[in-house]
Amino acid sequence: MVHATTEMTLNTVELMAIPLLPLFGAMAAGLFGWVLKDKLSHWITSSCVILSALLSIHVFTQVLNGAEFYGNFWTWIASGDLVVNIGMMIDPLTTIMMVTVTVVSACVHIYTIGYMHGDPGYPRFFSYISAFTFSMLVLVMGNSFFTLFFGWEAVGLFSYLLIGFWFKRESATTAAMKAFIVNRVGDFGFAIGILAVWYYFGTVDYREVFALVEGFVATNQVMHFMGMDVEALTFICLALFVGAMGKSGQVPLHVWLPDSMEGPTPISALIHAATMVTAGVFMVARLSPMFEYSEVALAVVIIVGTITAFMCATIGLVQNDIKRVIAYSTCSQLGYMFVALGISAYPIGIFHLMTHAYFKALLFLAAGSVIHAVHHNQDIRLMGQLRKYMPITYITMLLAGLALAGIPPFGGFFSKDMIIEAAYARDMGWVSEVAYWALMSGVFMTAFYTFRMFFLTFHNSDRVPAETKAHVHESPWVITVPLMILAVGAVGAGMWGDWGLHMTSEEVAHGYFRDSMMILEEHNPLVKLELLEEDHTKSHFWLEYGALILALSGIFSAFFMYFKESPLPAKLAAMFPGVYQFLLNKWYWDELYAVTIVKPTRALGTFFWQKGDLAMIDRGLIHGVIVNSVKAGASFMRNIQSGMVYHYAYAMVIGVFGLLTYLMLNA
Amino acid sequence: MELNNMLDFPILSLAIFLPTFGALIIWLFIKNDNAVRWAALLTSVATFIVTLPLIFMFDTSTADMQFEEFHPWIEAFNVNYHLGIDGISMPFIVLTGLLIIICIASAWKCIQTRVKEYMLSFLILETTLIGVFSALDVMLFYFFWEALLIPMYLMIGVWGGKNRIYATVKFFLYTLAGSVLMLVAVLAMYFEAGHTFSMLDLMDYPFNFQWQFWIFLAFFIAFAVKVPMWPVHTWLPDAHTEAPTAGSVILAGILLKMGAYGYLRFSLPMLPDASQYFAPMMIGLSLVAIVYISLVAMMQRDMKRLIAYSSIAHMGFVTLGTFVFTVQALEGAVLGMISHGFIAAALFLCVGVMYDRLHTREIGDYGGVVNQMPIFAAVMLFFSMANIALPGSSAFIGEIMVLLGTFAADPVHLSVSAKWIAIAATISVVLSACYTLWMYKRVIMGDVIKDTVRSMGEMSKREFALFVPLILLTLWVGFYPVPVLDLLHASAAHLVEQATTTKLDAAAALIEHSTALSAAAN
Repeated sequence: MVHATTEMTLNTVELMAIPLLPLFGAMAAGLFGWVLKDKLSHWITSSCVILSALLSIHVFTQVLNGAEFYGNFWTWIASGDLVVNIGMMIDPLTTIMMVTVTVVSACVHIYTIGYMHGDPGYPRFFSYISAFTFSMLVLVMGNSFFTLFFGWEAVGLFSYLLIGFWFKRESATTAAMKAFIVNRVGDFGFAIGILAVWYYFGTVDYREVFALVEGFVATNQVMHFMGMDVEALTFICLALFVGAMGKSGQVPLHVWLPDSMEGPTPISALIHAATMVTAGVFMVARLSPMFEYSEVALAVVIIVGTITAFMCATIGLVQNDIKRVIAYSTCSQLGYMFVALGISAYPIGIFHLMTHAYFKALLFLAAGSVIHAVHHNQDIRLMGQLRKYMPITYITMLLAGLALAGIPPFGGFFSKDMIIEAAYARDMGWVSEVAYWALMSGVFMTAFYTFRMFFLTFHNSDRVPAETKAHVHESPWVITVPLMILAVGAVGAGMWGDWGLHMTSEEVAHGYFRDSMMILEEHNPLVKLELLEEDHTKSHFWLEYGALILALSGIFSAFFMYFKESPLPAKLAAMFPGVYQFLLNKWYWDELYAVTIVKPTRALGTFFWQKGDLAMIDRGLIHGVIVNSVKAGASFMRNIQSGMVYHYAYAMVIGVFGLLTYLMLNA
Repeated sequence: MELNNMLDFPILSLAIFLPTFGALIIWLFIKNDNAVRWAALLTSVATFIVTLPLIFMFDTSTADMQFEEFHPWIEAFNVNYHLGIDGISMPFIVLTGLLIIICIASAWKCIQTRVKEYMLSFLILETTLIGVFSALDVMLFYFFWEALLIPMYLMIGVWGGKNRIYATVKFFLYTLAGSVLMLVAVLAMYFEAGHTFSMLDLMDYPFNFQWQFWIFLAFFIAFAVKVPMWPVHTWLPDAHTEAPTAGSVILAGILLKMGAYGYLRFSLPMLPDASQYFAPMMIGLSLVAIVYISLVAMMQRDMKRLIAYSSIAHMGFVTLGTFVFTVQALEGAVLGMISHGFIAAALFLCVGVMYDRLHTREIGDYGGVVNQMPIFAAVMLFFSMANIALPGSSAFIGEIMVLLGTFAADPVHLSVSAKWIAIAATISVVLSACYTLWMYKRVIMGDVIKDTVRSMGEMSKREFALFVPLILLTLWVGFYPVPVLDLLHASAAHLVEQATTTKLDAAAALIEHSTALSAAAN
């Protein structure tokens, strides 16, 4: 099949080096960490990743000027008409992901030098995060469903290893296992999607599949399922989307993401905020030429995104663990991105992915700086007034919080506002309307929980336990410098993306993304938005400023309740105990799964083992039927051989008699 | 007859009898235990080297048998010493050579009683295993197949765990019961097809449906016991738990593949119509293996039992791939078997390493092993992830090819679309992760609570060296399986063609012909 490369304007060696440098670092630190010791390990891995980031930026500038790359390097699997190649597809969508991944990863590498200082697993940690970076780069740079799946599983593996990094803690190892298994439930769908893609399109290569989609839709192929006919393309998209839901922590597969906070904070920033969890968003955007042709799949994407955005925001309102607040915020923001994809505003979804990566990574790293200062306490009820001790962390976290809340001109404002307006303009009946209102209420909640956490940490009353207070201090430069770098991103990414790269251009082809994403003209919500705004007979005040007003009121509510110590929050909780408990217990998802899935599965396993294998087959069939019948037969035979002559004589007489009778009757 | 042997040298015979020869020398001349170990190792390495030309001189362009040898054996019954291999049997011979080396090296320290007998039984086992995979005469095949039970029986019965007698008897009777049926089937074919035991002749002979139906059933039971398939699988967990480490390694690595190999060598090409007819049943049993057995595996408290059940589940993919009759699935099945040879073998070695230290297989007796044995924990993590079939491991290639082939398959007698079968089998993605990771978590992760675990020391160099080839092979086949697949292509395509070409027309023609003949005679 295709081994042809097109538009070879990018340097292949440079492209190869981008993922391979972190891999090299990972192998060096992982295999030879015991020789290299801490210092060399972090030098090698960090410099590899920084170099990789610089190369990514270089490739980015080239792609900005029109370069692209598409090519295969080697054949992975070949059998009959199945051909799977390993190759790369570099276009604007890929490069924005590459830059985001490597820049955040580089910051996290440097930050880790300070954060993990003195940890017994220091080289191992660097090895894991570098290997993770490699996997994530494979995921975004690949040119087929198989490379996507490879990267997908590899990031899952390193996420598992990093969540369980402190393997002595029971909670960490449990969370790691949970993350892996829940992700695998998603991968179940993903794998089925790949099977179906190959079956229906005969290839797993992005370009070849995309080229065939339109013709395929015209053939109207269906799959029969329990008496229903499902369009084949819808089936494929939904199956793949299940994978995206798993990786991106969407309801009902979101349960692993908050638990993943058991891992060290740098990886919460890198994996569970900025990069890996956005893989699902990337996948749907990458596959826009397929999703565009399935209205059902798009509607499902919106519904799932809406529910997640709303539900996780409500849970975030009441959490007391600083990292869990941010984790639920991540789930919720990923929901926003999926809504953007579902309403066919793919560029905006990726735009929000990018801005979110910077401010959320910053939020996590700043939270990590706080946790580091107060000796690994994560409970915001035991913080307060920390701004006095750690001014840099305070300011950077404030910037990240404003970006998350969507206050102009910070990062989140541009992207989130655009999603909400586009959801308003996209006319998909109740689906987009519900999404619009859920997202709007989400804006208020986002601003509220962000600043609730912020005020409780840095303002309010000083609740830090006395024994830790003596040691509270600003973090060293290896921690604060990455914070400041990311702060630039958190503040500027929105302006840069909107004004510099034109990611919000109505026609995707005119903006940064060129033809890397496909939007059907009748779906394009940004064109609809433009038309809507041109209609001057109606007021657009609410459409344009509604979200901002809600965000500001969210901040003010938080300010009112938490800036100074106030009895109000406790009163509210006491007034609505049911709601409060419901939210505090995260809508009881874990309990629900324990009852409906975990316990029945284990019971079924025990049943099959004890009743099926041991009772039925072994004791029943083998020992019961077979062994006993052999024994019975044997004892019967034994009785015959009694050794008494008259028994034998008697038997002989009967035999002769019987034989004679038989012969006479037949004569 | 013309023999296809480009080497002009009886290389297969050499591979078969070199271990026996070594065993003979050891038995007669070597007394010292250590010398016995070295001699056995030397023999196994030499045998492995002898099998290597099979790969490098292999002609990938043809599905014909290669490296053939032919000598009359019992002329009265037309039984011949006929050897030869194609792309499907060759990998197993080389894999046998490799795993026997690992088995012998793994027993270096932990077998201290009756060392000589132990090594002898392994070498004789190697002879019979290579014999099974290279025999082209049914009687010769049957001879090796049965002979193999003896060393295996001794291995579990003499060097096994506490409950070894029960396990041995169960293992022996189960497999023997299956083999007896195989003998009946073999004799039936012999008389029907005009007094020939030649596999190649039997593949060409047009059996009518009645014959195919009954012969298939007899073979089915014989091979199902070996694979093993539900519901005749219960001997395997017992045999595995009681067997010494090396016994488990060879049992999981090679012996289980003999059953699936039987389907590929006998059922599919000789009885294509019955294979098609019974395919729904075979697919159904494969799915049971994948789902039911995985759930059972999850709840095990004994590590070896857990891995044994996991092996059965993985063999479910192999039988699934065998009976959907597409090239991808079939190649996936064979590749899956090879890969399972690396991974299951390594997992049993992992358990062995821990067992040598604490003498218990109970999951509950461990916990926090990583604190004491970090390198070992990394190795076990590697094979656990390979067992889950993560991309980059050889298991992934096998499973995804079986699934792709199944999704695209179109078995004639199946009432549901093959797509749903593929989807049902994909659930293994979740289940395998559940049982493997849960075990890994309980055994390896966590803090050290038990004092016994605190006494565990890191792997020795010898122990680590056992894993190195398996790690490299798992990765190599995982990332670059194309050379291995190239070995399979011609044979697999030929086999799919055989399995999907009906013999019934020819059978009808044959009957017509003979009726015409007898009519003419009258």
